Amino acid sequence: MNLLKIRTFKDKLFLSFVLLFALSSILPLFFIIFYLTKQGISAINWHFLVNLPKPVGETGGGISNAIVGTFLLVILASAFAIPIGIGAGVYLFEFRRSKLANVVRLSVDILQGIPSIVIGIIAYLWVVKRMGSFSALSGGIALGVMMLPIVIKSTEETLKLIPYSLKEASLALGVTYQRTILKVILPAGLSGILTGVLISIARIAGETAPLLFTAFGNPFMNINLFKPINSLPLLIYNYATSPYPEWHKLAWGASFILIIFVLLLNFIAKGIAKRWKVQF
Amino acid sequence: MESPVLRIKDLYAYYGEKTILKDINLSVPKNKAIAIMGPSGCGKTTLIRCINRLHELVPDAKVVGKIYLYDDDIYKLDRILVRRRIGMVFQRPNPFPTMSIYENVIAGYKLNGIRLSRTERDNIVEESLKKAALWDEVKDSLYKRGTFLSGGQQQRLCIARTLAMKPELLLLDEPTSALDPKATLRIEELISKLKESVTIVLVTHNIAQASRVSDYTAFLYLGELIEFGPTGKMFTVPEDKRTEEYLTGKFG
Amino acid sequence: MRRVLFSGKFIGVIQREANIDSDRAFKNILYISGIIVLILVLGIFVSLTLNSFPSIKAFGMRFLTGKEWDPVSREFGALPFIIGTFLTSFIALLISIPFSLAISILLGEYYKKGILSSTLNTTIELLSGIPSIIYGFWGLFVLVPIVRAFEIKFGISPYGVGIVTSAIILAIMIIPYSASLGREVISLVPADIKEAAYSLGATRYEVVRDVVMPYARSGIFAGFLLSLGRALGETMAVTMVIGNSNLLPSSIFAPGNTMASVIANEFTEATGNLYFSALIEVGMVLFLLTTVINIIGRIAIKKMAFEGGQ
Repeated sequence: MNLLKIRTFKDKLFLSFVLLFALSSILPLFFIIFYLTKQGISAINWHFLVNLPKPVGETGGGISNAIVGTFLLVILASAFAIPIGIGAGVYLFEFRRSKLANVVRLSVDILQGIPSIVIGIIAYLWVVKRMGSFSALSGGIALGVMMLPIVIKSTEETLKLIPYSLKEASLALGVTYQRTILKVILPAGLSGILTGVLISIARIAGETAPLLFTAFGNPFMNINLFKPINSLPLLIYNYATSPYPEWHKLAWGASFILIIFVLLLNFIAKGIAKRWKVQF
Repeated sequence: MESPVLRIKDLYAYYGEKTILKDINLSVPKNKAIAIMGPSGCGKTTLIRCINRLHELVPDAKVVGKIYLYDDDIYKLDRILVRRRIGMVFQRPNPFPTMSIYENVIAGYKLNGIRLSRTERDNIVEESLKKAALWDEVKDSLYKRGTFLSGGQQQRLCIARTLAMKPELLLLDEPTSALDPKATLRIEELISKLKESVTIVLVTHNIAQASRVSDYTAFLYLGELIEFGPTGKMFTVPEDKRTEEYLTGKFG
Repeated sequence: MRRVLFSGKFIGVIQREANIDSDRAFKNILYISGIIVLILVLGIFVSLTLNSFPSIKAFGMRFLTGKEWDPVSREFGALPFIIGTFLTSFIALLISIPFSLAISILLGEYYKKGILSSTLNTTIELLSGIPSIIYGFWGLFVLVPIVRAFEIKFGISPYGVGIVTSAIILAIMIIPYSASLGREVISLVPADIKEAAYSLGATRYEVVRDVVMPYARSGIFAGFLLSLGRALGETMAVTMVIGNSNLLPSSIFAPGNTMASVIANEFTEATGNLYFSALIEVGMVLFLLTTVINIIGRIAIKKMAFEGGQ
């Protein structure tokens, strides 16, 4: 009977430990968001959002060039990653029995695991070196390469959930394979694919490392794709590691904006996954 | 006698090394319904899929022999065109989930990029839904999603979608096996009426259904055509012993 | 598009070529999309290797064992960074294990549904969504002073920044990866073998310890590999709190550098072909390391799917 008491005690103790460790992982999240909000929200005002960064000592600096830059880089990356990503995702699903498809799938996994700084090196070697200068284009390509595996995987997973009978029904009507995929299958999987795209955008919007030697950053506003461009994460990095408290404040404000953007995208993605899901 | 709509000559079908159909010979006269029956695994679904070349979706599928739609060898035509002239309704209703009822009926045209005027489209939709005995039930909710209908209604929607393409031959692959008895009866009545405008090939494992609906019956067993003849005759005085055993329920 | 006249034979010949061509062209586009990815990965490997050549030729194996990273004397030994990477990543992994396991067990076994479950699930999702630069920023301004205070108290050199601080930040960042994979595999343990154990009179703890965990072993291992891979490649958060010293770290409280952070710091300032090539060689080592870990993880997941099916 003593043994039973010990075992029961161990059982309860185990659960308490598990609860303790699991719940304490919520703490860092709270700390970070709390601190971020506290430091960041006071920096947010209209001028902050529309002004350019000012030199040290001057007040009223803003992050407008970084906001525009992030926006442009996201568009560039998406233009690269979405068509190729969806195409490769459809390929992996439709030709899943072929050996080549398995090799491609392995490549997607490898690509996903490559550290972002290495992607930055590659974009430097392939674009910056060739062009002779840092540019928004090279940054967009680096981010696009990082987006690619996520879009591919979520497309493939979405297609797996679509019943085969849909494809059959369309083909039986004498619809070509091309139209069946483009007009029946992909629309049926739209919510899943869109969710994957939004999540991948949320992921790359906060990336800094691949931009360090591609987009490089720019203290001025720039919309020329062939010139260096600023982005929110780059600005945060530069300002946070600077010795000036005014710049630290701006960095907190930018961090706040960035995290709201990222969380918003994730939230919308989830909403789409739920609401737009097609019933079969 | 009018030339038959469908003629199958010396048909063999294989999936890789496996022989599914052996030496099938069959003729289907115009505006008649023929039922293809047999125990599970006899090849009846494969046979029907050879007719609209849907079996080609399976890798390793091979077909030897000839199938004629009127005078056309369907293996010499582009399979897309074959499928536009032959309609198919599947076992599980499969309306396109992202489209409304209206869009589902007209889907064959839309997906093929064929442009029609608004009145033409409306006419085709109404005519097809009427032929499928669904018009009265959905005429006020044409723009709702097709997936909100009951099983039987969805199946009639699929029939309307197929009829909209004005096929010369209609293939039905166990169209009522996923439906309740009431819906089944409605579809059987529909099939009897549809014979007037289109020729029908019906795969069914329901012996009673075949006797109710078809003019001719083909009995398939282990990939071979055992017997083919007028339904009435086959069900009363079958020629082959195996046919008799199947009809009296001696095996699956 | 032509008006369709329903004598099928008429449209037969005209449309034939169009259908075959458009379908073949479309399938080719799909093939090409797939191959682009393959070529991309191969291209990355080739580029890294080619551009590392000058450095490989100059140093050979000494690159991996050399302790001196000195751009001035043009001696490039990457050992400090390799050590720094391994130290930060493995310590981070060790720190993360109890938390990650606790979350996996709690969400996969005890609380699969309910408020606690959704709160915790949302938390780990949010944690994985925070950009690494923000982790680094927070780490620099909040964690570093805490660690410094701790070091002062215990008489250690109060850098504040260093290997340990990086490891702590990394641990927080990688917990979501192993936790969510772990949660998945634990929740998939079949109910019937658990019930068999319960009916023999086992307590819940015993069932978890002797039935659930052994069953989910490969999946959990794969989750940790995934976390490790993430930690090895993490750049920004580490760069901001590791102290950026190119010397071999004297202790885990000393500053150091990782392979990723040295590239981030020095790439734009590298002068001369050899320096540049050496940094790229660091990048290649990092690439190979993370790829190998990735592949091992995939094999572990496949193994788990296999065993699970029995």
